[in-house]
Amino acid sequence: MAASRSISIAIIGSGGAGALTTVDSLLETAAAAGWQGLFTRTMGPQIRGGEAAGLLRLAVDPVESLPDRFDLMIGIDWLNAHRFGAEIKAGNQTLVISDPRGGDLPPMVTQSGARVVEIPMKEMAKAIPDGRPNMIALGIAGRLLGFTVEQAFAPIAKRLADKGPAAIEASLAGIKVGFGAAAGIDFGVQLAAPKPSKARRWLLSGNEATALGAIRGGIRFAAAYPITPATEILEWLAPNLTKVGGTLLQAEDELAAINMIIGASYGGTPALTATSGPGLSLMIEALGLATSAEIPIVVVDVMRGGPSTGIPTKSEQGDLNIAIYGMHGDAPHLVLAPQSVGDCVFTTQWATYLAEALQAPAIILSDQFMGQSRAAIERPADVAFIGARSIASEISGPYMRHAMTANGVSPMAIPGTRGGQYTADGLTHSERATPTSGAADHLAQLDKRRDKLDRFNFGDHWASVEGAGDLAVITWGSLTGAAREAVALAAADGIDARMVAPRLLAPVLPERMAAALAGVKRILVVEQTHGGQFNKFLRAHYDLPAPVRVFNRPGPLPITAGEIHRAIAVWR
Amino acid sequence: MSKTAGAPKVANLNDLLAVAYQIEIDAVDRYKLLADQMETHNNPDLVKIFRDLARAEGIHGEEIRRMAGDFDVAARAREIAKFEKSESPEEADLGSAHYMMTPWHALQLSLAGEERALAYFTSIVENTKDPKVKTLAAELVEEEAEHVQLVHRLLQRYPKPSKNWADDLDPPVSQE
Amino acid sequence: MSSVAYKQADYKSDVKPIWCPGCGDYHVLMSFGRAFAQLGLPPEQIAVISGIGCSSRIPAYTNCYGFHGVHGRSLALAAGLKVTRPDLTVVVASGDGDGYSIGGNHFLHACRRNIDMTYVVMDNHIYGMTKGQPSPTTEPEFDTALSPGGTRVRPFHPLVVALASGANFIARCFSGDPNQTADVLAEAIKHPGFSFIEILSPCVTFRPDEKAWKDQVHPAPVTETSDQGKAARRLMTDDGFNIGILYRGTRTPYQPAAGATNIDLSELEKDFEL
Repeated sequence: MAASRSISIAIIGSGGAGALTTVDSLLETAAAAGWQGLFTRTMGPQIRGGEAAGLLRLAVDPVESLPDRFDLMIGIDWLNAHRFGAEIKAGNQTLVISDPRGGDLPPMVTQSGARVVEIPMKEMAKAIPDGRPNMIALGIAGRLLGFTVEQAFAPIAKRLADKGPAAIEASLAGIKVGFGAAAGIDFGVQLAAPKPSKARRWLLSGNEATALGAIRGGIRFAAAYPITPATEILEWLAPNLTKVGGTLLQAEDELAAINMIIGASYGGTPALTATSGPGLSLMIEALGLATSAEIPIVVVDVMRGGPSTGIPTKSEQGDLNIAIYGMHGDAPHLVLAPQSVGDCVFTTQWATYLAEALQAPAIILSDQFMGQSRAAIERPADVAFIGARSIASEISGPYMRHAMTANGVSPMAIPGTRGGQYTADGLTHSERATPTSGAADHLAQLDKRRDKLDRFNFGDHWASVEGAGDLAVITWGSLTGAAREAVALAAADGIDARMVAPRLLAPVLPERMAAALAGVKRILVVEQTHGGQFNKFLRAHYDLPAPVRVFNRPGPLPITAGEIHRAIAVWR
Repeated sequence: MSKTAGAPKVANLNDLLAVAYQIEIDAVDRYKLLADQMETHNNPDLVKIFRDLARAEGIHGEEIRRMAGDFDVAARAREIAKFEKSESPEEADLGSAHYMMTPWHALQLSLAGEERALAYFTSIVENTKDPKVKTLAAELVEEEAEHVQLVHRLLQRYPKPSKNWADDLDPPVSQE
Repeated sequence: MSSVAYKQADYKSDVKPIWCPGCGDYHVLMSFGRAFAQLGLPPEQIAVISGIGCSSRIPAYTNCYGFHGVHGRSLALAAGLKVTRPDLTVVVASGDGDGYSIGGNHFLHACRRNIDMTYVVMDNHIYGMTKGQPSPTTEPEFDTALSPGGTRVRPFHPLVVALASGANFIARCFSGDPNQTADVLAEAIKHPGFSFIEILSPCVTFRPDEKAWKDQVHPAPVTETSDQGKAARRLMTDDGFNIGILYRGTRTPYQPAAGATNIDLSELEKDFEL
């Protein structure tokens, strides 16, 4: 049987079946064996006991998007599973394992032509003292994926460490039964052997990666107000900031959170908060204050379905507009977007560095897909971007907080520095920071705040530019992985395409984009919005040298590589 | 405090019929609510059990209504059948529901309800001066005692769940 | 009062709650129905306004007019509605997170303003919907992921704040006693001005320890008072589990005078004429 480049598995169950833990465990098993992978979840509206599906894609190379079709689907039960129909697609190559007592097969299975094999997981679990059907499912999956019992069991043993030997024994017994039940099944799909690598393996979510990147970049204060899907960033920072000598303060709301971090940064401490769309809306006023007063802060927006309360548990890219244009007045600032779970580490670190270097707020547009997915990746390299603010010390003469300098960045006096006393202000101000309504000062400071960003050399990290084909796929954020894969699929078809995915969305870099698009004859813009926000942004700020088509769709369904590939293929 | 403190005053036979009727209706509504909860939370075994219990209580309620003949027990119940401790005797304890509860748990809730009803009617037998009320109350005591036995028999079919019955390895989901 | 007899079931929609089985809010929903039935209010005359959180899901589970607003702003929504539609019965539903944290500022001013409405806060001493962060009423030593080892911050005392800010009716109830809660809610609705009820409603998922609440709550060993000084002493020494109507004030509710006149616009324009 031919070795496949990736394998995808969906495990579905409800009512406390533990489907998600099962898949999470498989990810860990695969990671330990040297593969890379991505685990995402989709759930019903209940807080506990809801229908849930764990979705896993494993490969030899980095996995950054979901597949069009799943190779293997295991239904511990199918209660309300029809709700997942649009998200979890089966095809006629899919193997479906179903418990005959798990309810009716949903249309997404019966209409797909998939091969269905019945295994009575519930009954088998009952025969084991304290047995659970999801352990049977884990055994089945483990066997079909080519692991050993020990490999499949190891992550479960860790998770159940404090539940006592009986629970651990029951799980192991269940896994063995599952292995046995899968013995005769011809799956027909096999993962290629992992590449040998010296890099350490990591298992983490995009939110955890964001939090780590923040600390690597120098953040030492965080203000926290919980909101789905960003809360995990703050919950990871709570104990870990303390470990590096930092502090986290829980705020009463987002208005407090954003003002708290401005206060901390004014006092010299690099500061961050994390939120989602509704919270970012509340923070807009204070972001303007930080921009005007030239105080560096980092605000992570883990985007979710919008507008308003929207779909808190699903991903979308609809906060681009508010991140770039939300502030009243002309208030240039930094907007960045990570491109994968692993890239959350780099982008947050880089954003912190940039915010501190440029004394401006940085908004990071992450999203629920990256934030709450768990990935098995190689340890991200250390990079030399650590926040280094230009600090005024040894001040003689009147202190000019907003002094005109060659690069537009003025040394900042940290409270406690003799001679550096000034009042930070959102009011339009002079070089001395005192309020003014004069035309010359207003213009000079507006120019300064714009020019300091525009003159900065952002280097090659501003975007991922890959390939040289005459069809360019322009996208951003979590769609980068799917676009990259689509370009590879197109290449296999003989279509030469390239991908441009900006990591830095603001300020815009017209020369760099022009260079990236040199020679392009067709442009396909791909984004996960209803209103085509990214397309309009590109047209507003960049010369697009060729005809443009837009593939946009709002959440909650992810956009897959297959869909982008098809959009490329029809446009010859 | 006694189990029946704050129970409605039963002055005559019709009052007793009304209160007995309300007790059954309250039980039906409570089991239906629990069945709906179990359905929303994907616990089909418990959906069936609670719907069966609701049906059984509904039958008891109909029997009482028939006994009352032309007398409007529902209307009288609305006037007098208020239990001070909020839950009428056979209302299963909502706070003890759990999305992973097992048939054993459901039957324990039912048993507790039947025992409370038994105690309530027993106290009427003991305290009433009205001979007709005493007779009917004694019949109801016998009925409830049968229900208690029935639940005990059903419990034989279901072993007490292991201490890990509520273990859900998956974390709660934040919906907002 | 209507001549139609309403039942509790008349106020329940057919939307099935997503609240976890065992959640105290199921009882609160019952209390709403019982109270509305007691008062004989037509369902279409009641507006249930909420913010964000588990408790705030309640409007859709009733058969009344409802508004599931943004986080913390239910009182502002309700104020706008009630001053323009004084004929409606306005009930505001919130939780300890939505109501006392992000909603804290609006709480102060709603008490001050004393518009005729009833504010019900289902307090479970935790942020349930976002998976277990401390709320303003969480005990300072309660360990959570966001506050390892506990917040070490004194909890909010909503009843005291309500009194100090001008609320006209202050009560505490326990969800596990839905009849009593219904009675208090009916009283609160009848009482003019801003009525505030804190309902202790255990969270089965994030605070299983709150099963003990049913043994910790007790009837307040005092009668309700309208003396602010007395109420202040009582509430400042409250143990957090006193159940009953604790204060019943005599302030006149705020309601702008109805627009009795309807003058011609040309009268307004006279201001500009030379």
